[in-house]
Amino acid sequence: MAGTQSTSPVRTVDLKVATVRELNQALHELAEDGAETDWKILNAAGNHALAVGINARCRVEIMGHVGYYCAGMNKYATLTINGNAATGLAENMMSGLVRLRGDASQSAGATGRGGLLVIEGNAAARCGISLKGLDIVVKGSVGHMSAFMAQRGRMVICGDAGSALGDSLYETQLFVKGKVVDLGADCIEKEMRAEHVEAVEALLAKAGINERAQAFRRYGSARKLYHFNIDHADAY
Amino acid sequence: MTTRYPGLIESHLFSRDVIAEIQRAATEGIYDIRGGGAKRYVPHFDDLVFLGASMSRYPLEGYRERCDTNVVLGTRYASRPIELKIPITVAGMSFGALSAQAKEALGRGASAVGTSTTTGDGGMTAEERESSKTLVYQVLPSRYGMNPDDLRRADAIEVVLGQGAKPGGGGMLLGQKISPRVAAMRDLPPNIDQRSACRHPDWTGPDDLEIKLRELREITDWEKPIYIKVGASRTYYDTTLAVKAGADVIVVDGMQGGTAATQNVFIEHVGIPTLAALRQAVEALTELDMHRKVQLIVSGGIRTGADVAKALAMGADAVSIGIAALIALGDNSPGLDDEYQKIGTRAGFYDDWQAGQDPAGITTQNAELAQRLDPVLGGRRLANYLRTLTMEAQIIARACGKSHVHNLEPEDLVALTIEAAAMAGVPLAGTKWIPGHGL
Repeated sequence: MAGTQSTSPVRTVDLKVATVRELNQALHELAEDGAETDWKILNAAGNHALAVGINARCRVEIMGHVGYYCAGMNKYATLTINGNAATGLAENMMSGLVRLRGDASQSAGATGRGGLLVIEGNAAARCGISLKGLDIVVKGSVGHMSAFMAQRGRMVICGDAGSALGDSLYETQLFVKGKVVDLGADCIEKEMRAEHVEAVEALLAKAGINERAQAFRRYGSARKLYHFNIDHADAY
Repeated sequence: MTTRYPGLIESHLFSRDVIAEIQRAATEGIYDIRGGGAKRYVPHFDDLVFLGASMSRYPLEGYRERCDTNVVLGTRYASRPIELKIPITVAGMSFGALSAQAKEALGRGASAVGTSTTTGDGGMTAEERESSKTLVYQVLPSRYGMNPDDLRRADAIEVVLGQGAKPGGGGMLLGQKISPRVAAMRDLPPNIDQRSACRHPDWTGPDDLEIKLRELREITDWEKPIYIKVGASRTYYDTTLAVKAGADVIVVDGMQGGTAATQNVFIEHVGIPTLAALRQAVEALTELDMHRKVQLIVSGGIRTGADVAKALAMGADAVSIGIAALIALGDNSPGLDDEYQKIGTRAGFYDDWQAGQDPAGITTQNAELAQRLDPVLGGRRLANYLRTLTMEAQIIARACGKSHVHNLEPEDLVALTIEAAAMAGVPLAGTKWIPGHGL
């Protein structure tokens, strides 16, 4: 691939020279059970679909802002993005770790099924929408409709949450340190018990974020919408 | 309106059926949910007939001269387009809505005749993948079960924006069908009513969709054809935008499409007939010089080889069947009438496919009921039905002088009603008049 330097242990791909297709193809050629490799991607320049569909244990560092769906459907890999991310960061990721140093646009971590997504800046609307098992830690705040219809997994929000947090929530657990504008349908505040403090502490430690777990409040599903009931029609 | 009761006049607006529905709603406090697609009359393929060869056209000999039926889908961008032996595919129906045995039977039947089947809202099961030679993997708003391994295991990808039964609507799988296996595949607790979202979670318009398709292509190394499926409503514009977004194949599902259960009022009052949608889709593709370059699959009310032939003559590359496939497996079989009566319906009328009580073992997650469907026998029945449809379409094509079913064309068709002529864009029989096209 043009734009690739592989003399050092870190394989460097310059997207001023190589194409996104070439980058992704090279990442897809890594064996699922192969030795861990290190990659550095230069000049991300807002390109879409960077490092998507990785299916191998590798470390990828991306320099610059990324476009839509960066790290989409990631399995096993550890990605660090030194910039901001557009829509759908790490959508449907399955495992591994994705760390964003900047801010994320809407639908970050959408439908994610496993692993850990760390956003060191803020996340816009619909962060964690339809979450299915991924853990998300946001150092800043999240926008409206975050965790909409979220099913499994956990979200730790160190800043504030926009309106309609956790609307139509299933079993995802939400932890917010700051203010919540309002809660969505069927989302309620719940008791923060010792096991929840412990879980938040562990997630913050894993994310490398220094916050007091005791300062967080917990939100979850009231489970009143789990079975259709005509007397709840005004909530639908 | 007169009735069998002398001197009594039944209201057209408030007929006995309407009165019964109002009283049911007042008693139960909830709308009627069902499958089965639009049940009221709308203009359809029955309202078209073919002009068989005569003095000015030369027919082909039935059972002797070739009339091919193969179709290639995904030639625009995919490095591995799929080739089907017949232009009739099996539409997406989920494991969850259908039993594992039914999904396996669909795969067996489709594979036996060289066509494809499609996953559904709930992910891909191992049985389905194993039994389906060519399997289309749906990417739906809910993303239940979505994972990159299945994406790569699929032969094609179908991004679903809507269904003909309910364009603009999401779905609900009732708790009684959320078995532990279904729940695990969908990352949900068992036995709860499960909503299927009506909007995709990570894109919000055609410009975003273009980028989403690019992501799916990147993940699968540009190998798989990508379909975009829309419920028929603003079909001309949806087709145009799907082409712009980069679809390899467009699937248009008319309002008669109906394996998806939803509110009766939604089914009957939202969306447009297959006939009208098909013409709009072909118009859009033709104007963009994309007809036959981006393939078109149409579904919603395909029952016979005549329906298949008419859809192809109007410009579709293939059709897709859902309800008819379930019926071929044994749904609504008269032999089960006693069982249907026990659950308050009759054979020929059963449409509560969402309820999970299907005596035929098709639309259920009840293990005892599901075991009633033998996947091998079901697959054989579906294959028989698909072969029949294909032969019927070939008979018509040969009679019109065509050596391939794709050589059928609008010029071979006329309409029996003004409405059908207007919707299909073909002349009223015995005239040169196409409503909307002048005299």
